[in-house]
Amino acid sequence: MQMSRDELIGAYRRMATIRQFEMRLHDEIKSGEIAGFTHLYCGQEAAAVGVCDHLDDDDYIVSTHRGHGHCIAKGCDVKGMMKEIYGRRDGLCKGRGGSMHIADLSKGMLGANGIVGAGAPQAVGAALSAKLDRKGKVAIAFSGDGACNQGTTFEAMNMAVVLKVPAIFVFENNHYSEHTGVDYAVGTNRDIASRAEAFGMKAWRANGCDYFDTYSTMRELLDHVRGGGGPAAIELDTERFYGHFEGDPQRYRGPGELDRLWAERDCLKNFRARVGEGGLLDLAELDRVDAEVSQLIDEATSEARAAPPPDPAHVAEDVYVEY
Amino acid sequence: MAVMNIREAITRTLAAEMERDESIIVLGEDVVGGAGTAGGQEAIGGIWGTTPGLFAKFGPDRVIDTPISESAIVGAAAGAALAGKRPVAELMFADFVGVSLDQLWNQMGKFRYMFGGKTRCPAVVRLIYGAGMNAAAQHSQSVYAMMTAMPGLKTVLPTTPADAKGLLTEALRGDDPVMFFEHKALYGVKGEVPDGDHRQRFGEARMVREGGDVTIVTCGRMVSFSEKACDKLNADGIGVDLIDLRTTSPLDEEAILDSVEQTGRLVVVDESPPRCSLASDIASIVAAKAFSSLKAPPQMVTGPHAPIPFARELERAWVPSPGKIENAVRQALAYR
Repeated sequence: MQMSRDELIGAYRRMATIRQFEMRLHDEIKSGEIAGFTHLYCGQEAAAVGVCDHLDDDDYIVSTHRGHGHCIAKGCDVKGMMKEIYGRRDGLCKGRGGSMHIADLSKGMLGANGIVGAGAPQAVGAALSAKLDRKGKVAIAFSGDGACNQGTTFEAMNMAVVLKVPAIFVFENNHYSEHTGVDYAVGTNRDIASRAEAFGMKAWRANGCDYFDTYSTMRELLDHVRGGGGPAAIELDTERFYGHFEGDPQRYRGPGELDRLWAERDCLKNFRARVGEGGLLDLAELDRVDAEVSQLIDEATSEARAAPPPDPAHVAEDVYVEY
Repeated sequence: MAVMNIREAITRTLAAEMERDESIIVLGEDVVGGAGTAGGQEAIGGIWGTTPGLFAKFGPDRVIDTPISESAIVGAAAGAALAGKRPVAELMFADFVGVSLDQLWNQMGKFRYMFGGKTRCPAVVRLIYGAGMNAAAQHSQSVYAMMTAMPGLKTVLPTTPADAKGLLTEALRGDDPVMFFEHKALYGVKGEVPDGDHRQRFGEARMVREGGDVTIVTCGRMVSFSEKACDKLNADGIGVDLIDLRTTSPLDEEAILDSVEQTGRLVVVDESPPRCSLASDIASIVAAKAFSSLKAPPQMVTGPHAPIPFARELERAWVPSPGKIENAVRQALAYR
């Protein structure tokens, strides 16, 4: 798969932005400044970016409780996101949504979601809209190995096939639904793609810790869907580097498991190795990207800290367009 | 003005609005009917006969039969609405909200607020509700109180063909999610319907009768039951202010309070069990906001705290009857 230098740098920048955003949150949350529940996307960056790099603002995605990566990959404003997670007035959702409910419809990002499995039917609806508009747009439902066990996900997959809409079910299998292992909870021999196949759609499998594998497999999948082949699914084998939520003591991890994941399954490290070996980029360029991203995250954090809180007088605004 | 029944008013309004606005699509179980059968499509036109002819006129892209998957039907409506369409999703029986509740309650109703007021979710969910067909506990309920309690959703209950047209038109031109309740025993009710463009604003109750002695607040099928009670009471010289709420969210509090300030006596009639009901809600609003006007304790005429039974005698015993409404008015008047 041929990618231009700019495309490669852009992909790395988006993955690095997600990584640094999440690692900064990991620290900030420990300091106690951020309220509520936060689920970090660290480790899965290649999945979100490898998928969303094929999309533009008119394509739709619906996301999950672990949604920061999807938001950044789809182009949501990083500073607005940080302010939202800090619960600030000028956050992307005015401090009303928080970490689990970030959305930006102008970017085709229809929302992160606190209910596991709720997004898949919504992606079918967005795909129905895309089908009627006849502009070749698609709608993607990001789901995890947890959501793959929800009835809504099954209903959505069947309906997508019946209605022949350009819906794509991206299953990010990070091997843990909350604190329960995929070997236990996914009855089909820990295999999710076969479920999608059973509903009558074509399914692909890719290494979700490898940007290039995810990106090129998605290319094939999108050619199929945009060519009128109906809905499709992809299972991305990926890793969650932190807990289910921040503060999760992760006692379910095996000895040395996290060290091994960081050493062997780090998509950013893998990306660097790949472009270095292939002579595709000078690694110093990626160091520069890291520095720029670091500055962006510094600014986003300090601006969010200093930003004003929402006015309690506005607590009941924006419930309706008109009431 | 043309005379038609509520069923026809709904079909014609859907057709007229779909003609006007290409973004309106209709989806649900058997809204067309017959897909994948030897009989072919258009075999049914909706179980309730409210969607015939739409498929022939607007085609398979806009009039969509779905599998029996209520979560996915409502969820797809939510997603399509976010993505620029105006879906009209049909829940064949309102009782099926139990299956699709998350998509209504946690999703559709909350998007705009959670996302900082930057989104619109103009979906209309048609819920066919109510007792009267001996359909038993899972096909007879009036779940409007539940929907009324959910911020972000609007709840609408037409009782005349004119209101069916006016309220459905308003729902389809607004930008908020609307729960549009159609009582299965009211589909055949006939009446005059204004020609051309007719919108009925939400939150404007209909004063069905003005009598001045007692205020009855109600909605849905209980409006016509209350009218029957009013006829009996009129014969004894008792005049009733009968208020058809039309919409329970938004609620026309002003119409209720204005009337109670005159009559001092309130009867709320509600086709549902009594606890956390529309009846208890209206009674509490009146107690809190018009306490000094009250001359008698608010009377609530509801079903019992029990599921809706099957047998004719039992179902009749469950549903508030004109006789029970009449008695409640007499009790309110007798209180000194």
